[in-house]
Amino acid sequence: MRIALFITCFNDTMFPRTGQAVTTLLERLGHTVEFPQGQTCCGQMHFNTGYRPETLPMVRRFAEVFAGYDAVVAPSGSCAGMVRDHHRVVAAQYGDAALAEAVEHVVPTVYELSELLVDVLGVTDVGAYFPHRVTYHPTCHSLRMLRVGDRPLKLLRAVKGIDLVELPDAQSCCGFGGTFALKNAEVSNAMLADKMRHVQDTGAEILCAGDNSCLTHIGGGLSRLRTGVGTMHLAEILASTEGDVR
Amino acid sequence: MSGADNVVWLGTPPFPEAARTALADTRLRANLRRATGTIRDKRLAVAAELEDWEELRETAATIKRHTLRHLDHHLLRLEKAVTAAGGVVHWAADAADANRIVTALVKATGEDEVVKVKSMATQEIGLNEALADAGIRAYETDLAELIVQLGGDRPSHILVPAIHRGRSEIREIFRREMGEWGRPAPEDLTDEPRDLAEAARLHLREKFLRAKVAVSGANFAAADTGTVAVVESEGNGRMCLTLPQTLITVMGIEKVLPSFVDLDVFLQLLPRSSTGERMNPYTSLWTGVTEGDGPRNFHLVLLDNGRTATLADEVGRQALACIRCSACLNVCPVYERTGGHAYGSVYPGPIGAVLTPQLVGIENAASLPFASTLCGACYDACPVKINIPEVLVHLRAEAVEAKRRDRLLPTTEALAMKAAGAVLNSPRRLAAVQRLAALGARLVARDGRIGALPGPFARWSGTRDTPAPARESLRAWWRRTRPPTGEDSRTTTERKG
Repeated sequence: MRIALFITCFNDTMFPRTGQAVTTLLERLGHTVEFPQGQTCCGQMHFNTGYRPETLPMVRRFAEVFAGYDAVVAPSGSCAGMVRDHHRVVAAQYGDAALAEAVEHVVPTVYELSELLVDVLGVTDVGAYFPHRVTYHPTCHSLRMLRVGDRPLKLLRAVKGIDLVELPDAQSCCGFGGTFALKNAEVSNAMLADKMRHVQDTGAEILCAGDNSCLTHIGGGLSRLRTGVGTMHLAEILASTEGDVR
Repeated sequence: MSGADNVVWLGTPPFPEAARTALADTRLRANLRRATGTIRDKRLAVAAELEDWEELRETAATIKRHTLRHLDHHLLRLEKAVTAAGGVVHWAADAADANRIVTALVKATGEDEVVKVKSMATQEIGLNEALADAGIRAYETDLAELIVQLGGDRPSHILVPAIHRGRSEIREIFRREMGEWGRPAPEDLTDEPRDLAEAARLHLREKFLRAKVAVSGANFAAADTGTVAVVESEGNGRMCLTLPQTLITVMGIEKVLPSFVDLDVFLQLLPRSSTGERMNPYTSLWTGVTEGDGPRNFHLVLLDNGRTATLADEVGRQALACIRCSACLNVCPVYERTGGHAYGSVYPGPIGAVLTPQLVGIENAASLPFASTLCGACYDACPVKINIPEVLVHLRAEAVEAKRRDRLLPTTEALAMKAAGAVLNSPRRLAAVQRLAALGARLVARDGRIGALPGPFARWSGTRDTPAPARESLRAWWRRTRPPTGEDSRTTTERKG
């Protein structure tokens, strides 16, 4: 299958390792991964902060750059959710009929990583090996916008050597919320504090999630408190094999 | 006091600031966490009992959508049916209008006090204050509403207005205030729920037996029969709706249902969603007046107060489908930590964040649509499927547009968004910024981590470390390690931004 990687602007800049892991993983499963260099951003930050007209060029770009692939994969539930739930809205509000059609064409090919693996490629055991104690935080947009359900957990359970422990109150929001963390910093911190407590209660070495933005928020707090708990994107755990030296 | 002043409490700072005060109140946070946590679990359990729960939600959403689309038609049917049953219908365009109508109706009875059933609509219009200005005393008879009234306080939850108060606080309020309003609390009052309830019961009984006029809200009204419905848990509503001679009901125009049989759906959904009960203890239905039974006079005041304007907004109008169950409040992580007062409105929580700005105009409550992480728990919990995150984002766009209209110069945020837009609309500019960020980060990062940051990021970096941007972005890595094959031009060329 010819799969385009939509890395997302945030991962591109901050977490290229996640994109490399997605590539390694999909190529290991026998697929062709391409990286359209014209890609930039899904427009979520502008859309969710109320800067809607500014989102239009990004929607236009996305529909153009990612047209014609068998599948487009995003290692972010939040950005995949933006494309799937809101690109149509923006196209309808500001775009022309041609754009609306282009969006209609590309949106059904866009998948979050766990969806692509489980639903499209039909695998749950991706041949990974990761001998660490891990707990998984289901990010809100994966959970409620995309409804990925237990797909990520199915994938993690199939990882060899992993000690997967349940995160208490897992479905509670971590308090990131994009610009919410800046606009309502105190509320965000209060939510973060509870999330960190739950993570620490598990005794996990690694907190895993499908969104690096939430992980940056939670991991940033865990780091400031010198907890020693690390964070890893789902893709990186799934890409790990016995050959890797950690 | 005008209605808009009460939908939005004047003097309340914007949400982030009001939230800070609430967050500092550890007792408030503990009370809220305990209360919302309990209701949340109960709601999930009883909703799961019904096999057709999702169907019920869908049916309710459909009925509400349909009713709102033909609201004028159903309201006229309601007026006709109520009138035919011996009631009198009044139309109130705004809060001042409604207050004037109710005050005149009470005055006409010659009474100077009324008993009240807990009602959001009368809170919304500031009726108690308007009546007080006219020399009429309104007594709240719902236990939680009584606590709020005696405490000189404001409600902080749709269903449990005194959710922010603990038992010992309630005991103090009863001891201090009850005597001012009627029968005093017993000297030896403890903070046992049973004792507190008994003190309230004795205090209120005196009011029920004396009252000639009652004021209520309405949960639903059936357009075909003219039947009005109120659901409650304590029986105080039932007392107010049967004992007095005159009953005045103030109802938001969105509460109408096309038909009596529609109650079947909503009386299943409401108690399960709100209190986590299979059925609410008291459901009172009345149709006009009945000889020898209940009030001799019935007045129905139909309140607009911003609802028609809300209806005109294609995305935002779904907020009018709200049945005031408060399920969204009880699952909201932001509400759980800030309580209702931070929302500065009679309608707090996620539904308040979408309803209030629409009722009063976005410029008067611009911070509310941003008081959410968009986690979506509210949408999942809503029994009538109001897509609250969708409306929040929609209203955020309106808030930004309103600012653009009202200001000569763009805000700092607008400038930042514009700059970010310019970068994100061009892969070339994005790559350049990535190289700069990597360089800059190397100067401030320690062990790949960035500590405290200045400017707008100070609030972020006060409690969190930030990972340094990567030395090499993914796009740079891809170009370096995987030269283009030339087959796909999109991988190499760039659209001119």
